Amino acid sequence: MEWEVVIGCEIHTQLATKSKIFSGAATAYGAEPNTQACAVDLGLPGVLPVLNKEAVRMAVMFGLAVDAEIGRRSVFARKNYFYPDLPKGYQISQFELPIVGKGQLAIELEGGESKTIGITRAHLEEDAGKSLHEDFHGMTGIDLNRAGTPLLEIVSEPDMRSGAEASAYMRKIHSIVTYLGICDGNLQEGSFRCDVNVSIRPKGQEAFGTRAEIKNLNSFRFVEKAVEYEVERQIAIIESGGKVVQETRLFDADKGETRSMRSKEEANDYRYFPDPDLLPVVVEEDFIEALRKTLPELPDAKKDRFIEQFGLPAYDAGFLTSSRGIADYFEQVVEASGAEAKLCANWVMGDLSAALNREDKTIEQSPVSAEMLAGMLKRIVDNTISGKIAKEVFEAMWSGEGDADAVIEKKGLKQITDSGAIEAVIDEVIANNAQQVENYRSAEPDKRGKMIGFFVGQVMKATGGKANPGQVNQLLKSKLEG
Amino acid sequence: MALDKSDVQSIAYLARMAISEEDVPAYAENLTSILTLVEQMSAVDTSGVEPMAHPLEMAQRLREDVVTEENRRDHFQQYAPAVENGLFLVPRVIE
Repeated sequence: MEWEVVIGCEIHTQLATKSKIFSGAATAYGAEPNTQACAVDLGLPGVLPVLNKEAVRMAVMFGLAVDAEIGRRSVFARKNYFYPDLPKGYQISQFELPIVGKGQLAIELEGGESKTIGITRAHLEEDAGKSLHEDFHGMTGIDLNRAGTPLLEIVSEPDMRSGAEASAYMRKIHSIVTYLGICDGNLQEGSFRCDVNVSIRPKGQEAFGTRAEIKNLNSFRFVEKAVEYEVERQIAIIESGGKVVQETRLFDADKGETRSMRSKEEANDYRYFPDPDLLPVVVEEDFIEALRKTLPELPDAKKDRFIEQFGLPAYDAGFLTSSRGIADYFEQVVEASGAEAKLCANWVMGDLSAALNREDKTIEQSPVSAEMLAGMLKRIVDNTISGKIAKEVFEAMWSGEGDADAVIEKKGLKQITDSGAIEAVIDEVIANNAQQVENYRSAEPDKRGKMIGFFVGQVMKATGGKANPGQVNQLLKSKLEG
Repeated sequence: MALDKSDVQSIAYLARMAISEEDVPAYAENLTSILTLVEQMSAVDTSGVEPMAHPLEMAQRLREDVVTEENRRDHFQQYAPAVENGLFLVPRVIE
């Protein structure tokens, strides 16, 4: 039987406000436990939530970015459940009338094709606190600093058909919210987490199969792996005559498998109802239009512009616009260096990205700034150094040895472009390798191209790689022919 | 709609209320009479009436995004039954 995979995602993005969604407590990450939990966040009796204007602005910005209907009148509702990281006994969320309605975005598939994924809705809600289960003599420790942090929960249509598509969707949302500056996008700190609903159905069948929900995936790679594992698991169950159970599962990254969360007998019954503490939120047309004018250039538009303006291949443009930080860095390098955009792209995508990955750094943390990289590219363009020597210069800049000019000066890496000096080295190489010279001269002209490499290598070795490669080639040829 | 014993028990569980076995029939009767009243209201034709989310005809006022709260952990935690290293301690919850 051929199976079709159906995936929908719910992504929780922490909005980058300074204070909480309903209180004036700080949202900064990493504070001492419970030092940023005020009376409202603790759910003490008699407190009243007051909505943060910035959270509303950010939600509307997201809606505009995915071409969605903005809920002109949205309503907060109580989602009731008992868990100690939620002291009120309910989470303030939105149910029937969310702030962002139907929208859409495009994801890139392998092979460059693009596919439209529907956004069902996005709603504002408060985050819960954190439970710590270790080392409290059989008790659970509760830290409520995160309680009340604003979340925008983005719900997709069940439009994705593979783990790769789900991962591409998650990346796309990630790049949109970070471009907008409404979320710091930090996956390790939990600012951006994804739940995926996975089911399978026989190809051609319209009705959905029973789905399993895999919770709290905080890496693009995990989303792909979790879906792949889950699909195989469901196929195996059905093909051996069993039934998929609707349940919540967790992904174990170490084992690469999903497992059932021990769940209670009762199905969740959240008994949503409008929160009487909060009035309906009204978003005026002029507010929306004013925000529309502040929308930054978004990833798709920027990618198209990079292709158009810089003549870059689509792959390069996609890579360079995958985050706003990388795109800004690249544009600064192009502008400051005056070098060919493709040369700049190669360095950002090559040595710089490799070094960032190696040390697990983001572009913002790069020890080589855009100005420094541009300074080095200028020296390639004006022939002070070759591309090969530049790699050495780059590594020296990376380890804090100063800017390109300082490194070139200190290490004596300046390219030798003086023909006389290069000729002297070539004469020596020719004198020391009489046999190879003879072989070269007696070889068929079409074989010589390969054989010249030996001599180039010898000259480079003798000059510590500093001789200008173009000149070496040219001078060698004329001397060997002679 | 009449509620039976198991409905009452599951509602009590959702609300984390301990109720005694002998009180169940009285709760069932009371809750059922509330639902009967709701059914009477449901009979009214409300087509064309906008659902009311709040009795006040007003819109939510918004707060500027400013941190106004200070750390008052010690003050709040003096009322907690158990704390350790700044954490509130509760009976162990296992997912």
